[in-house]
Parts: sequence; structure tokens; C-alpha cells
Amino acid sequence: MKTLEIPTFECETGNYHTSCPISCVAWLYQKIEDSSFLVVGTKTRGYFLQNALGVMIFAEPRYAMAESEEGDISAQLNDQKELERICLRVKNDRNPSVIIWIGTCTTEIIKMDLEGIAPKLEKQLGIPIVVARANGLDHAFTQGEDTVLAAMTHRCPEYNRHTTNQQKEDITRLAVVDVAPNNNSPGERSKPIKCNLVLFGSLPSSVASQSNLESKRQSISVSGWLPSQKYTELPALGEGVYVCGVNPFLSRTAATPMRRRKCQLVGAPFPIGPDGTRAWIEKICSVFDVKPDGLEERENQIWKNLSDYLEVITGKSVFFMGDNLLEISIARFLIRCGMVVYEIGIPYMDRRYQAAELLLLQHTCEKMEKPTPRIVEKPDNYSQVQRMHELQPDLAITGMAHANPLEARNIDTKWSVEFTFAQIHGSVNARDALELVTRPLRRRSDSILGCRSLSRQTVDV
Amino acid sequence: MKLAYWMYAGPAHIGTLRVASSFRNVHAIMHAPLGDDYFNVMRSTSERERDFTPVTASVVDRHVLARGSQEKVINNISRKDEEQHPDLIVLTPTCTSSILQEDLQNFVDRASLSSESDVIPADVNYHRVNELQAADRTLEQITRFYLDRARKRSTLDRSVTNAPSANIIGIFTPGFHNQHDCRELKRLPGESGIAVNQVIPEGGSLKYLKDLPRAWFNTVPYREVGLVTATFLEKEYGMPYISITPMGISNTADFITQIGKLVNVWASALSGKRINYKLYVGNQTKFVSQAAWFSKSIDCQNSAGKEAAIFGDATHAASITKILAKEMGIRVSCSGTYCKHDAERFNEQVRGLCDEVTVTEDHTEVGDTTARIEPSAIFGTQMERHIGKRIDIPCGVISSPVHIQNFPLGYRPFLGYEGTNQIADLIYNSFNLGMEDHPLDVFGGHDTKGVSTKSLSTDRREINWTPEAESEPNRIPGFARGKTRRNTEVFAKQNNISKITIDVMYVAKEKSSP
Repeated sequence: MKTLEIPTFECETGNYHTSCPISCVAWLYQKIEDSSFLVVGTKTRGYFLQNALGVMIFAEPRYAMAESEEGDISAQLNDQKELERICLRVKNDRNPSVIIWIGTCTTEIIKMDLEGIAPKLEKQLGIPIVVARANGLDHAFTQGEDTVLAAMTHRCPEYNRHTTNQQKEDITRLAVVDVAPNNNSPGERSKPIKCNLVLFGSLPSSVASQSNLESKRQSISVSGWLPSQKYTELPALGEGVYVCGVNPFLSRTAATPMRRRKCQLVGAPFPIGPDGTRAWIEKICSVFDVKPDGLEERENQIWKNLSDYLEVITGKSVFFMGDNLLEISIARFLIRCGMVVYEIGIPYMDRRYQAAELLLLQHTCEKMEKPTPRIVEKPDNYSQVQRMHELQPDLAITGMAHANPLEARNIDTKWSVEFTFAQIHGSVNARDALELVTRPLRRRSDSILGCRSLSRQTVDV
Repeated sequence: MKLAYWMYAGPAHIGTLRVASSFRNVHAIMHAPLGDDYFNVMRSTSERERDFTPVTASVVDRHVLARGSQEKVINNISRKDEEQHPDLIVLTPTCTSSILQEDLQNFVDRASLSSESDVIPADVNYHRVNELQAADRTLEQITRFYLDRARKRSTLDRSVTNAPSANIIGIFTPGFHNQHDCRELKRLPGESGIAVNQVIPEGGSLKYLKDLPRAWFNTVPYREVGLVTATFLEKEYGMPYISITPMGISNTADFITQIGKLVNVWASALSGKRINYKLYVGNQTKFVSQAAWFSKSIDCQNSAGKEAAIFGDATHAASITKILAKEMGIRVSCSGTYCKHDAERFNEQVRGLCDEVTVTEDHTEVGDTTARIEPSAIFGTQMERHIGKRIDIPCGVISSPVHIQNFPLGYRPFLGYEGTNQIADLIYNSFNLGMEDHPLDVFGGHDTKGVSTKSLSTDRREINWTPEAESEPNRIPGFARGKTRRNTEVFAKQNNISKITIDVMYVAKEKSSP
């Protein structure tokens, strides 16, 4: 076998635009229905969240700011007393099953001991308090979710092997049955195996149940999700439980169950695009010694359904500025669709957690005979814009700060945040993902403007 | 600590960035952690800005926390200087840098030595001022910096322009309808022979700042931003300023009269001509602005005595209160602002024009007040629009904080004579929306809506309604339903009645004072 071209990794200055990690509150409060989020920090954080949440803010979200004032910063006020007063109000107003404190840059810098205060207040108030330090000093955008889920891992109930020994015997029996030749039609295989598989990553509930179905087809039943729809329904973790991530930004969440709860991590590519979904399922099957069934036909079927979109993007080039850590997976999917990727900007690259995804990226490049893109960690937006002027990509996937100015300079853009909110996981949603990518390219009508650029700036950026 | 869900005015650095990015060729460097540069997103989306927002962050990360910024900030300043050659780089502190207490002045001093651009640190205290106050100060700081320099280098031209001219101070990005107001403001004195010397900060160029004192006078259309600069120019350069907001017919007339007074002091001395604006004001009021005629027409008669609640920044809330109360005969039950620092003058402005005044930064207080009053229309910010949605009352947006909808492509000034037309439309349409349901309801239309609870607080008191009584309010037109229900409950409480029957309802109705 020919040796694969290894992608080049570079690291730039880190002068790039991304959202503050506290923005994870926006989707997590919706996902965990009985939660209440309390962001502890200054006005700057609150204002960001208010602007980032846009219209959601008016819908009485279950999140609030504990706004630090001068007295808090100079330690004239007692943090514990202040937080107690505020949490009492949250309890009375909303009656949540859990309060999640989001630590910010402010609490980091003044070294507010949230982890120390939380257990005391938890006792006093009788509500679980989970502390996640999602700050812009250490993290970018989607890594906020990573900090929250890692903190929640500690709250998952203990999985006990002894009480489930009976079930284990069932599993072996079932597995034996499974090996026996199956005369049923492929859709009706034997009953799903009760394997202890917990998936982590916050997905909209419909997407989560689609993933459950995907694995059920292979007779593997998912025993739980982190996060669950309700805090009170967190999955059990412990020795003998396998965990697998659905999103590439969950490094800490992947490490915590392994180190602290003796779980086993299934390292797989992420279920984005039909190719990713298939590789993901195959990997899970291999862990449970199940022979995958009908995956290839299914994948081909999905590709066939995407043909109209593939026509639009085949041969087109794309440039990822990088702000949400989904870049590697989406780039891999787009290369498989026939696109050329010039550059993958990414805030943080965990080569261990994303190893399977990186490998799939290499294989995909080889298979599609496309050059391996450069991967730029902590990119420098200014230099990226200069590079884009040189390369003139057909599409730039970028944050909102650069989208309009790039459009004015005749580079089509797709707003990257949409990938974090849209449903792009699993085979079912491959179409939605391409819908996003192709939208700016399909919009290209005969330009009403005879000119190429609509910007007035002489100096760029 | 304060529990907060929403804020009307943003943090201080936002104000500084707004002013800096309004000027031409000024770059702001924020001393901030990753993700704090969302100002770029706000500007790019709401204003649909075509160009890269001239703001970058000198990122504060773990290393900075451990060892201080050291050379990082200076390198970032030098780099920006080489890449883009801005005229000025404004080093902007954030809450993070104020807690770290790094010596930004020191960075600036060192960076100035090697860079072509001028470099200054924005002088704002994060904890003491909000977005608007910070913008006000930064504008004054930049103006003062360039005027002082011109004075030192004696490049300052102290002569006034031959023809009367004015500066417009305080138009900036992303202000509420600022761009349209600016066009209207240029036209207003322009039609009467007064040139515009300079507009700052929007589109202003730093090399011309030294010519600010050549104007005869300054106008400050918005109270929030520009007053500090105007008072500085008055003190140091003896320039008079007009701080009347030309919003509404009478305010616009006052504004022009004031201009006339100022100009005539000089004009008689310089050219021996006196200008009379009476005729101009009369003509504009009668024919260019439709608002005067509108307030006499039957349409407006219909809304006479209707109730409205108003909330916004000090400039817009006070002006709209005056327009409703004095020019349209609408009853303003409550007028309020979130500009606490300007509360005194706001009170003075709306005294005698409204039943009560609310000065608060807490949107739930505004919501509860509105719910209690139950006006026919609300005029407020985006927040009030959503409050209105929840309690079924139409709302016209008259002030920041805003949203992409408030950056219309069409020409929609709030100031001047065209502004009076726009405001009249806004007000009339808001009331009209509320009235459209009524004929339907009166004739027992297809409306089976329940009663909306008229408080936004989570305050649930148990009073039982019998099923018959429960369905009774549904026969009353929707707009009176809530009031009836509430009056009945208040009456029941006062008389210790725990079950409300149809009889109780009618007794309550008889007893209720109009």
C-alpha cells in the first residue's frame, strides 16, 4: 500500500475571531430541559450572550447572568453569600433540577473558587450545582460544551456490573444467536444486543434518536446519552461501559470517563456525512464484534440522493477560516463530495481524540485524488484573508465578522456558526449539511452588478 | 453580584469601539480574551458593513495571566501599524484588562516610539461607565488629542469660515437610524444657507479635526454622545453649541430658532445680513412636514386620549413623549429611560407630559409597569417590542438597543421635518394595529382568545372563577378583556370573595371607578 500523504500541521498567532465558549449555554439550556444556567462574570459576557442568542433571549430562556460588580472584583463582597442569594432567586423563579455555573474569564482572573463554593451551596439549597469553567482564556466556542459535559460526567450514576450479570449472560447468548445464519429479511435481525454504549455530545433530540436507530439497525442498542434530555436521566458510567463521541470538540469529555469512571473510549470518525456515519457505525460494530450489515448499500443510496447537490460543488474550492472545531470532519465530507480544500483553520487540534477522523481525511484525499489540505491551528485571520486573496476560493466558511466583507470582495461565504446549530449528523442529515454548503453557490445568479467588488476599502482587512 | 437577564446598554469598551470604528482609518486594538471581539460581528451583521471592522484583539490567554502581556500588545500595535498604516490606533481596555491592572499607558508609550500611527489608550473605567458614557468620553479624548497637538505645532487655524457653518457631533456606528438622521441634519441648516463643516465621528478624518473650531457653532443631536466634546470645544475654543434634538415639530422649530440666534450674532458683525427663519419654519411645518396637518386630521382625533407607554434612551424617549403628549394629544401613562446617569434631565424634560416616570435598567420592571398600565401601544426598544408581543400590545421601536430590522435600507430619519413624517407613520400604525381587532371583537368575530395574564412576574395568586364566569369575559371585546378580569379579581380580593361568579363580575363592574 502506498504511504499516505500526512497532512501538514501549522500553528499561527491565534489572532482569530470565534465566539466565547459561554455561548454553549444557548444550545445546552434547550437540550437539558430541567436545567438552569448561571453565567458568572462581568457585563461583557452578558452582553455577548445577549447578542449571540439574538431572538432566543426574549423567550425567557433558562439562563441568567450573575453580574460581577466592582465590589465582587475587589473582594469587598463575599462570593458565597452573593451566589447563594442569586441561586435562591433562580430556584424560586424556575425550580430547576440542576443549576450549572459557567465560570468565565472574570472568575478565572480573580480566582473565584466556584468549585469550592458549589458543594456548600448544593447542601444548603438542595439543588445539584455543576461547575464548568468555559472561559475564553483556555477555550474557543464549542469547547464550552466540552467543559460542561466533562463536569457532568462526574454526576452520572455508577454502573454496577454485578446487578447486570444476568444481562451479561443474555448478551453472550444473544451474540451466539447472532452468529447463526439469519434467514429473516435484513430489516428484521435478532433483538438488539444490550451493550453498554453511551454516546456523548449534545444533539437535537430528533438527531439523537436517528443515531440510536442507525445503531439499532446493526442490532446495537445505545444505553444512554450524555447529556440526556433531563438532568435526572443521566446515563450510568463505570467499568464495562463503552463511550463514543459524536462531535470533534469533546476532548475533555472523552478523557474524563476513561480516567475517572473506568469506561472504554471508542475512537471513531464523527458521524458527519454518509462516509463519516458509515465509518462511525463500523467502528462501533467492531468494538462489539458485530458484523455490519447493509452499510455499503445504505451509503451508496445516500450519495445517490445527494447527486443534485454534488453537481453544484464538485471541483469547487473551499477555505475554512476556523472557529468551531467541526472543520476537519466537514472538510473530510466535502472532499468526499469532490471539493478541493485549500486550508483548514481550526482553533485547537487534539490529534489523539481526532486520530480516526484525521486518518479518514487522509484516506479520503487519496481516494478522491485531491491534495491534502494544510491544517492551521490557532489561525491568524489577517494572514488568512491575504491568503484568500491569492487563492480566490469559491467558498469561504467563516464567522460572521468576516462574512459580509468577504462577500463584498467577491468571495462567497457560508457562516460557520450555522453548522453548530443545524442538524448535520448522521446519514439522514447529509442533505441538510450540503444544503448549507451549496446555498451561497446556488445563489450565484447573473451578477446584477457589472463590478467585481463592492467594497470601498483601499487597504484590506 | 446582580442577577441579570438582559441589559439595555452594553459594557464600556463597546462604546469606545463604536467611536473608533466610525472614524476613517482608525484601528482599535482590544486587550481581551478570545471571543470578546464580537463587536465585529454586531457591526458586520446589523449595519451590513461591507468592510472589515477595524478592530483586532491582542489576545489575553493563560500565558498573559501568568507573565503579563509583556511585548505582546506592543507587537500587535506595531504589526497593525505596518500592515494597514492607520492614522490612529486606540488601545481599548476591557473588563479583563481592568482586573489585570496592566499598565496600558506604558505599552502605548513604548509602541508610539516605533510606529508611524498615533497611539492612545482609551481612558474609560470599565466599572463606572456604560457603553454610551464611554463613547462620549472617547470621542472627546480623540478630539482633544488632535486639537492639542495642532495647538502645540501651531497648525491651528483660529479663523471662522466666511459663510456660517456648523459641526454635527455624535453620529456614529451602529446608532439608531443615525445614517438617515445625518442626511436630514445636513439638509436642515443647509436649506437656510448654513454649511456643514464636519460630521464626527462617522466618516470623520483625523487630519481635519484641527479645523473643527472653524465652524460657527456645534450641534449635538443626541444627548448620549457628543455633549462632552461640545462642552470641551465651548470651554477651550469658545464655540457655542445647540443640544436641542430636532425631533418632532416643536423641537425642530426650537432647534432652527436657536441656530438663527447664534448665526445672527455673528452674521450682523461679519456680513451685516440678518437671517430670518420664521418664514422657513412656517413653510416647512405647514407643507413639508405632514405631521402638523396629521395631528389636526380625523385620524389623529381617533387616537386622542389613548394611552401609551414609552421607554428608551434619554434622547428618544423624551422627544417621543413630547410628540405624543403635545403634538398628537395622546396620553402618555408612563415614560422612562435606562440612561440612569441622565435621569435628572430626563425628569425635567418629561415633567408634566406623562403620569409617571420610570428610570431603570431592569427590563422586568419595565415589563411589569407596562402590564399594569395596559396602554394601547408601547414605544420602546426591541425588548419592549417583545414585552408587547407577550401581553398583546403593539409596539413601535424608537430607540436602541436594536436589531437588524432597525437598519432599514429605505430613508427613515427620526430627526428634522422628514423625521416628523416618519414618526407620525410609526405612531399611527402602531395604534392602528391595535385597533384592527376591535371591530371584529365587537361584532363577536372569530376571536376566542383567552385572557392574557397581565403581569410578567411569576406571581400566582389563586382566585377561583366559576366556569360560567370564566367564559363571560370572552364576550367582551378582546382589548377590554384583561382589564375586566383584573378589576374583578381586585374587587374580589378587597371584599374577601374567593369564588368569582357572574354576579360578582357585574357587581365589580358597577363598583369599579372609571
